[in-house]
Amino acid sequence: MIIHHPLLGPRDAAEFVYLGDASLIDRPDWQAEDAAQAFHAYGYLRDNPAGAHQELWYHEQGDRSWLVVTRDTTTHEITQVELARDVARVRGRDK
Amino acid sequence: MRYSALRILREGLTGNKGWKPVWREPEPKAEYDIVIVGGGGHGLATAYYLAKEFGHKNIAVLEKGWLGSGNIGRNTTIIRSNYMLPGNEPFYEMSLKLWEGLEQDFNYNAMVSQRSILNLYHSDAQRDAFVRRANAMMLAGADAEIADADQLRAELPFLDFDNARFPIKGGLFQRRGGTVRHDAVAWGYARGADARGVDIIQNCEVTGFDIENGHCTGMQTSRGAIRAKKVAVCVAGSSGRVMEKAGMRLPIESHVLQAFVTEGLKPVIPGVITFGAGHFYVSQSDKGGLVFGGDIDGYNSYAQRGNLPVVEDVAEGGMAIMPMIGRARLLRSWGGIMDMSMDGSPFIDKTHVDGLYFNGGWCYGGFKATPASGFCYAHLLARDEPHPVAAQMRLDRFMSGNLIDEKGVGNQPNLH
Repeated sequence: MIIHHPLLGPRDAAEFVYLGDASLIDRPDWQAEDAAQAFHAYGYLRDNPAGAHQELWYHEQGDRSWLVVTRDTTTHEITQVELARDVARVRGRDK
Repeated sequence: MRYSALRILREGLTGNKGWKPVWREPEPKAEYDIVIVGGGGHGLATAYYLAKEFGHKNIAVLEKGWLGSGNIGRNTTIIRSNYMLPGNEPFYEMSLKLWEGLEQDFNYNAMVSQRSILNLYHSDAQRDAFVRRANAMMLAGADAEIADADQLRAELPFLDFDNARFPIKGGLFQRRGGTVRHDAVAWGYARGADARGVDIIQNCEVTGFDIENGHCTGMQTSRGAIRAKKVAVCVAGSSGRVMEKAGMRLPIESHVLQAFVTEGLKPVIPGVITFGAGHFYVSQSDKGGLVFGGDIDGYNSYAQRGNLPVVEDVAEGGMAIMPMIGRARLLRSWGGIMDMSMDGSPFIDKTHVDGLYFNGGWCYGGFKATPASGFCYAHLLARDEPHPVAAQMRLDRFMSGNLIDEKGVGNQPNLH
């Protein structure tokens, strides 16, 4: 697979480490009433879709940026690559 | 119709005209007591043991493709019980014992071959870990044997003992481990279940579950609605896709695992051998091909095919312990979809929906578990309580903190 890095251009997927579903950006509030349930769902439960999947890849053998890659799990076709930082900011995170 | 040497002789003398299909192709009935979703090894074994050991008659197995078209026909056929943790090892040892009696039990030649499995170790620390594992195995009634490098040199002279980076210091043998003809496992269980009245319905895909007030009453399928008192999902590899129809999110990611086979060779590898410093395992099939594999590709996939970096990694692992396999030519490679769970261990459990049961999360170790998985799932379905050896394989174990994490790497499915 080739991942089109937003800053570095096309890179071999073997340069990256895969973490998992991009929902891992959305860490729950540890002070909420239902924090235990929310962290259980955050840490252990996955949508695991057959089709488009937003996922976190880390460019360990490169610039060490985290990317959000949108990839079809039935064909491995990559349709979008964004910096995880940008995605997190759009979702309301401050850093 | 029983198989025996006498019968083969008689059929041979009369033109082999007496052989009949070994299971029926029934139309689905409107209602069953128990419907098993998934006609792979585990689903068929579940049906077989429900009918044979627990006295249930009104059972159907639904398979979306043809029988045994999933991972039961795509794995690398290894059986073993060399696990360590108390939540796992008694279960896998029960499975190995069931394998040992399986062919007599279901009167079908599954080519169970206890040709041994050897896990190599490459350092003193790894030896200590393997001795600990061997002790845990023996405590659960399994066999285990530590062999040092001199013993291995006598038995397996082709290994690269003096490899500069990963010298082979010895290994953990389980002599009762080995290989089984995987397709025959599906066929044998199907034949045995069918003979006891189980309806095996192929080309029947479940498209939705009928859930009312937290109670599952049946399902919609590509061949019409079917009502059932109990619905038992058993579709490892596709668990995410199927359980989504019941509104469930699982502690599972689907990943692709590749496997490889070379051209046929003379007998060169006596048992199953695994590399201890990377991920590589190899055995030789009865046809002569070297069957081997290694790591999963490491990203979510339902594609049943992988990418080249893992091919290279697996080949490097093979070359590191037995350079002679560099001379063999690769014949085929393929991929299968694994339910990678959050702690690397499976689930055999009820769900929060009454009447809906779940079996899955087998990671890349489901084949060896087939008999015990079927037996324990049948036990759960028949009695509504888990079999003692599968009692820890619960869906809620991440909430309660009772993980079964053999490798101790946490909730990172692609590392298990």
